[in-house]
Amino acid sequence: MFDAILVANRGEIAARIIRSAREMGLRTVAVYTTADAKAPHVALADEAVWIGEGPVGDSYLDGDKILGAAQRAGAGAVHPGYGFLSENADFARAVEAAGLVFIGPEPGAIRAMGNKAEAKRLMQAAGVPCVPGHEGADQSDAALTQAAQEIGFPLMVKAAAGGGGRGMRLVHKADDLAQALGLARSEAKGAFGSDELILEKAIIEPRHVEFQVFADTHGNIIHLGERDCSVQRRHQKVVEEVPCPVMMPDLRAAMGAAAVEAARAVNYRGAGTVEFLLDGSGAFYFLEMNTRLQVEHPVTEMVTGLDLVALQIAVAQGEALPLTQEGVVLNGHAIEVRLYAEDPANGYLPVTGPVDLWQPASGSGVRVDAGVVEGQEVSPFYDPMLAKIIAHGPTREAARRRLVRAVEDTVLLGTTTNAAFLADVLGQPAFAAGEATTGLLDRAYPQGFPASEPAPRDVALAVAVLMQHDRDAALVRAGYVSPDQLGWSSAPLLPRGLSLNAGEWRVDASVSAMRGGWQVWVGEERLDVTLEGQNGSLRARINGQTVDAVAHVAGDRVQLAVGAERLTFHRLRAGAQDEAAASGGRVTAPMPGLVLAVEAAPGASVAKGDTLAVLEAMKMQHQITAAISGTVREVHVVAGQQLASGDVMIEIDEG
Amino acid sequence: MGFVSQVVRDSDTYARNRADMLALVEELRGLEARPVALSEQRRARMEARGQITPRDRLARLLDPGMPFLQLHSLAGYMVDSDDPEASVPGASVIIGIGFVSGVRCVVVVDDSGIKAGAMTQMTMAAFLSAQEMALRQNLPFVHLVESAGANLMEYKVELWANGGKLFRNLARLSAAGLPNLAILHGPSTAGGAYMPGLADYVVGVKKNGMAALAGAALVHAATGEKADDRDLGGSEMHASVSGLVEYLAEDDAHGVEMARDVIARLDWNKSLPPRRERSYAEPRLDIDEIAGLVPTDYRIPYDVREVVARVVDGSEFEDFKPRYGVSTVCLQAAINGIAVGIIGNNGPIDPAGATKAAQFIQLCGQADTPLIFFNNTTGYMVGTQYEQAGMIKHGAKMIQAVTSVDVPRITLYIGASFGAGNYGMSGYAYEPDFLFAWPNATTGVMGGEQAAGTMEMVARAGARRKGEKVDEARLAKQSAAIAAHFDRQAGAFHTSGRCLDHGVIDPRDTRLVLGFCLETCLEGRARKVKPGSYGVARF
Repeated sequence: MFDAILVANRGEIAARIIRSAREMGLRTVAVYTTADAKAPHVALADEAVWIGEGPVGDSYLDGDKILGAAQRAGAGAVHPGYGFLSENADFARAVEAAGLVFIGPEPGAIRAMGNKAEAKRLMQAAGVPCVPGHEGADQSDAALTQAAQEIGFPLMVKAAAGGGGRGMRLVHKADDLAQALGLARSEAKGAFGSDELILEKAIIEPRHVEFQVFADTHGNIIHLGERDCSVQRRHQKVVEEVPCPVMMPDLRAAMGAAAVEAARAVNYRGAGTVEFLLDGSGAFYFLEMNTRLQVEHPVTEMVTGLDLVALQIAVAQGEALPLTQEGVVLNGHAIEVRLYAEDPANGYLPVTGPVDLWQPASGSGVRVDAGVVEGQEVSPFYDPMLAKIIAHGPTREAARRRLVRAVEDTVLLGTTTNAAFLADVLGQPAFAAGEATTGLLDRAYPQGFPASEPAPRDVALAVAVLMQHDRDAALVRAGYVSPDQLGWSSAPLLPRGLSLNAGEWRVDASVSAMRGGWQVWVGEERLDVTLEGQNGSLRARINGQTVDAVAHVAGDRVQLAVGAERLTFHRLRAGAQDEAAASGGRVTAPMPGLVLAVEAAPGASVAKGDTLAVLEAMKMQHQITAAISGTVREVHVVAGQQLASGDVMIEIDEG
Repeated sequence: MGFVSQVVRDSDTYARNRADMLALVEELRGLEARPVALSEQRRARMEARGQITPRDRLARLLDPGMPFLQLHSLAGYMVDSDDPEASVPGASVIIGIGFVSGVRCVVVVDDSGIKAGAMTQMTMAAFLSAQEMALRQNLPFVHLVESAGANLMEYKVELWANGGKLFRNLARLSAAGLPNLAILHGPSTAGGAYMPGLADYVVGVKKNGMAALAGAALVHAATGEKADDRDLGGSEMHASVSGLVEYLAEDDAHGVEMARDVIARLDWNKSLPPRRERSYAEPRLDIDEIAGLVPTDYRIPYDVREVVARVVDGSEFEDFKPRYGVSTVCLQAAINGIAVGIIGNNGPIDPAGATKAAQFIQLCGQADTPLIFFNNTTGYMVGTQYEQAGMIKHGAKMIQAVTSVDVPRITLYIGASFGAGNYGMSGYAYEPDFLFAWPNATTGVMGGEQAAGTMEMVARAGARRKGEKVDEARLAKQSAAIAAHFDRQAGAFHTSGRCLDHGVIDPRDTRLVLGFCLETCLEGRARKVKPGSYGVARF
């Protein structure tokens, strides 16, 4: 029995675990880094222990530090959350060796399921249907190529120790296999320390359907129904829902039974997830088992009415599960989306930046799990997930509509987010019809999610917000001015030029003050704007039409939330043109990340498009290429260096 | 006191008055639009030089959405040309009081889109007025410079002689503890070079900003030296060699931003005591109705209280001695919560009216209450009865009181303002803090009709003395010519063209204008400035 838990995690999941632990009367201990000093989990916990500067290797991934923190703080148990050390068998063993309770399965189960090849052998032995494939000790290209021919194409190359999309490659034809093996090995080695690969028949456009299982230490194992996580981008889940739109009771029973068998095969304890691929014919194949609490657990909570974290803690305390399989009732429908600090218009690259304004949605059937607080910086060190937005409703359509609204109403301004992309996905006809498979996003967004040129209405709104912000700043500094004089001039309208940047677009506008509002010209279009409220929720009238928006101004940047659109405009200051023009040969980091390799050397001549360096960011390797041909003047980075977005990496003299 | 309006909105008179007044306002706006349109024609040429237009400079200098009171917008009207259709008001300069980084400033912008910003007699009159305004109201002075200087083709010796006051005033501003800043957007040569020379702060714009005692042409003529304009006086040179320029800007817009930063760094309002918060009510009666209740013909009488009631807080006022000197109206009211004394006219000023006004002015002086004069008088009463009643000495008391009272005075010409009545009612020569005219205003020694009539009487008397027969046709022609001569000079647009006021306003803006002026006066008087014996010298 324990009465204090150390939460070995950060962000929304740490906040989530602390909430349930506190409700159970347990004392909570958080761990944090300098980069996370302002993060909400630090404030929420009863106690917080500093474990490092920023990089995960010296903090959240450092088992010794965490264990030390738990012992110093007198915690009797460690909850690993997801990610980080949650599926690290050595850490789990170390926790138990130190006499503490690891809130999760036994190290053996973690290890068994952690190795894809071993897991698959175990599952086949337990009678759980598996995808035809190959796993073997002979990792030579020849052996793998031979096996690939037997399985047939398309097929998946995967890291045996992997998960979460890393080291995973889809190969359509034999010619591409050799290259895929090389890339997958290097990613696998970098991510997991092992370059062992497995091959699997690729099930084309299946649904990703996973089952939540729960086991106690009294031999009870149940499942809590499925989650359909078919909407994925590069094997990262984007939308998750319960129930699966095509689920039938007998299929659920069959898949649920297989999931329970999978758990039983590794003598499972606590919360786990068994992932399957479900094809169009209703056949399903074991994919992997995640031996931890999933990111998407809230949808299960919303339809079952259970608190999975509380259940985890109860099981870890040695209690029996409070319900049987028959007692599990799925009520209504729940859908979740993940709000990321990423830029869909720029290849979904992770972004960093401040959280200037944070307004989570609320209301009936809406839940937002977040690890966000205003004033916080989204740092380059950690996963860019900011929050999960979840909606529940009596029907799928009710839940979907509620979620769209909740995505619109959840406003985070400061750093770029994928909010507009999420709302767009939820509005895709195939998704609305419940027909989404893992191929949905590739088909719906073949060109990615490019930004579009800002509409004159949004430009006018941004201009009016900026001007009103300037006016209010002047008013604060000014002497004796009556408010009813604002916007008034005895002179004819006095328009001023104003240039804004919106992504790749430059917008030239002009604006004059009027009593009560602003007259904005964007090109040949005149828009009269009045604003009520400022910095925060405001209601605008633009040429007589009402628009509700949330706005935030920070320096020369104005951010707007209009519907699900999140728009960022930068006011272009005079005299700064020269610097912008000179940046042609400066190669900067397009996102925060770790330099894996530097291929350019000073003095080398490079052609446009040549690879200069490789940057690893958020699980992906990105080639940094030359935008111009010329000679490398200077290289500012070395392999192993952590970069912030915009850091200068290499400079090229054109020629 | 609750004032009961007698105005009938759906009467023919109201409709006629309104149509007449709005036509005059339309004419005013049309005149104001002329320099804007003319200057705008140079936009492409300025942009090709990497410049922005003078009005864009001004708009970027000012805090967006903060009030702006333009001054002398009609300066030079009917001075530059006798043709009312061809004359371009503005005197190639844009002047006003506005806010820069939250600081109320007098701002002067050379309108280089018109005759390259060349200075004329009326440019100078308006400029001097702007400087006097800054000195009087304790306001920083900002000048956006781009001027070809004085037009040599129109050289007049008195222009040069008086021109020295421009620079003397800059020295006075600096010595008075009132910072003055110049942005060199373009050339500033010859005497104009002392504009930056005497400015406390100079922002020089690269490439176009230029200041030299003589440009390359004059240098060549005077000394034979073949000089280059940029070496003679380019901003870059002044920033690094001569030391005339403090801040070097990349371009016009950058220069304006730098000026805003410099003004912000003054922390100018640090010495301003916080204003006591007053709540006040907007006028109960609609100010828009002023256009319909005021006849544009000053000969038609109306009650000036109808105007005041639409301008003051809550449409409420106290009537001071309403039964005594009844045609001179003295009211106690408030505008934007600021207590004011108001003097208006319902006709000529008689001895009782003059003494009442003189007493009222002294009472306002005693209580430190700003005064507002609504001029609509044909003057002091004439005739035996009034002379015997002491019209001269009573009128003199009123003029003396106006001259000596030390509270802010704001004068409005809202109708007639004739003869010594104009003096007693704080006219131009009495240097009110602010003086604005409505477009229907008529000012002068007397009305054209009276002048013509007077001269006709003189002519008839002369003929009678000489026993000659009056040539009626010639006399009629003479009378018409005299009336026209007077009336042409009496109109508000004409007098404003000669800078005999601070500008002509839409009557419906009266409350806003008065509020702004009062706040400017109060702010200026409340501010602690740090005068020195000398202006700040540039070493």
